[in-house]
Amino acid sequence: MSKFEFPTSILSRPVYGVLEARPGHQHLMIADAEGAEAILDIATPDLMAKTHIIFIPKGTDFADKLRTLNPAQFYEGPSYAASVSRIQRVLQDAAMGLQLYLAGTEGLMGQVQSEAMKAGIPHTAIQTEHRGSIARRMQCVHCKGITEDVAIDPFQCSHCNLNLFVRDHYSRRLAAYQAVCIDAEDPGNVPAQKGLYE
Amino acid sequence: MSGAEKIAVRVTEVTSLNELVTRFRFERLDGALLPTFSGGAHTVVEMKDGDVTRLNPYSLMSDPFDQTAYTISVRRDDEGRGGSLFLHNSVCVGDEMVISNPVNLFSLDLRAKKHLMIAGGIGITPFLAQIKQLDRAHGNWELHYACRSAALGSYVDYLTSTHPNDVNVYYDDQEQAINLESLFSGQPLGTHVYVCGPKGMINWVRGKATELGWPREAIHYEEFLAPQPGKPFEVKLAVSNKVIQVGEQESLLEAMERSGVDAPYLCRGGACGMCETRVIDYTGNFIHRDHWLEDEEHSSGEKIMPCVSRFEGKTLVLDR
Repeated sequence: MSKFEFPTSILSRPVYGVLEARPGHQHLMIADAEGAEAILDIATPDLMAKTHIIFIPKGTDFADKLRTLNPAQFYEGPSYAASVSRIQRVLQDAAMGLQLYLAGTEGLMGQVQSEAMKAGIPHTAIQTEHRGSIARRMQCVHCKGITEDVAIDPFQCSHCNLNLFVRDHYSRRLAAYQAVCIDAEDPGNVPAQKGLYE
Repeated sequence: MSGAEKIAVRVTEVTSLNELVTRFRFERLDGALLPTFSGGAHTVVEMKDGDVTRLNPYSLMSDPFDQTAYTISVRRDDEGRGGSLFLHNSVCVGDEMVISNPVNLFSLDLRAKKHLMIAGGIGITPFLAQIKQLDRAHGNWELHYACRSAALGSYVDYLTSTHPNDVNVYYDDQEQAINLESLFSGQPLGTHVYVCGPKGMINWVRGKATELGWPREAIHYEEFLAPQPGKPFEVKLAVSNKVIQVGEQESLLEAMERSGVDAPYLCRGGACGMCETRVIDYTGNFIHRDHWLEDEEHSSGEKIMPCVSRFEGKTLVLDR
């Protein structure tokens, strides 16, 4: 099952929708892992003829299914870090009217959205659909280090080792949720870990 | 008192630009500096024409950082309710007038990588101020300006001589027209389009941009609706406990003000939403003319924008 209904939360927390084909001469679809399913759901031959897909499999086997859609351009990247320079270049060369579709994990969608905003696309004009892992990209507010794929709360900062509480407070610019030290006043008094949304 | 803060000014220049357009320069009576503003802002000019008081919005076209004076350019409208005719025929150098602090409902989105401006006729005025603002910030912009003829092309010479590479002029009488499709294709990501001109032009630009996949956040437009005359009607104002008559030549908002009711307003042109008023009861039909309320709100019979909209029927009771 790749769909998950996030509980409603504070205004800062991103909300995701369901992808739909929009008018435009140029379409850029960027997805990771199960995000491929959201592209498969809206793909038509007409749309694919104008679409550039950038896909990061993260161990899944969706790449071949996406290739058979016969998009105008297809790129499979080993990781987001390896794909980001290509994403920046595509955005730099794009013209107004480009439609951007993001699908998959929150970390992937958030990071591409941040790049797209820098390139001049209003964040409200970017379509997103969450699929797959519910893990988050977290920033430690103390050392500013980013810990990827956090699925438990509290967790230990991968940079400064503080025990961190997972908040819903989100930064679009950093594409990360904020994590705050949970035992600052009583060091060592850390609640038991549990999975997010459990 | 509703509306933006008022400023007492003196008319220090009246300059005829062509057959239809005249420019007015205002300086403060007390000799102090005027507030700076942002390109695209307008001022509401009070015109006391006999026993009629008109409050009309005009775009400020002077340099937004020039605090010594404001200038507006007014196109004479022989068919309108008389605001522009009053300015053209009755206002002279030395006259004292009252204008409002600047209000901006058509500001530049400074996150844009490029500003693409499309003007029709007198719709050029807000762009003159925006261009001055952008030039100061070394902004990236280009202007496409359509006018009826060279004789009626206000500020064409000024614009083309100061910005020969960024200004494109199109004359209707020479059958020159903006090719929107080609203008819009290939604009770099982060371009915002701004359009000011007649309603048909605004709809054309908005429609084409939307069709080509431009996000609505990147499409900006300004159209001042002048209140249209119509059949007189009677309105009961529940809060003020007054029954007032709206005359043929005045708007509902103007009738309320004439009756001493302090009703909120800002743009007086159906755009800003400030004067939105709840309808308590009605028998008849609304003539909605604003572009603030949604279609469903127009048909609901629950709200009206008194600055431009009217009513035809037996009873209208407003929560004011």
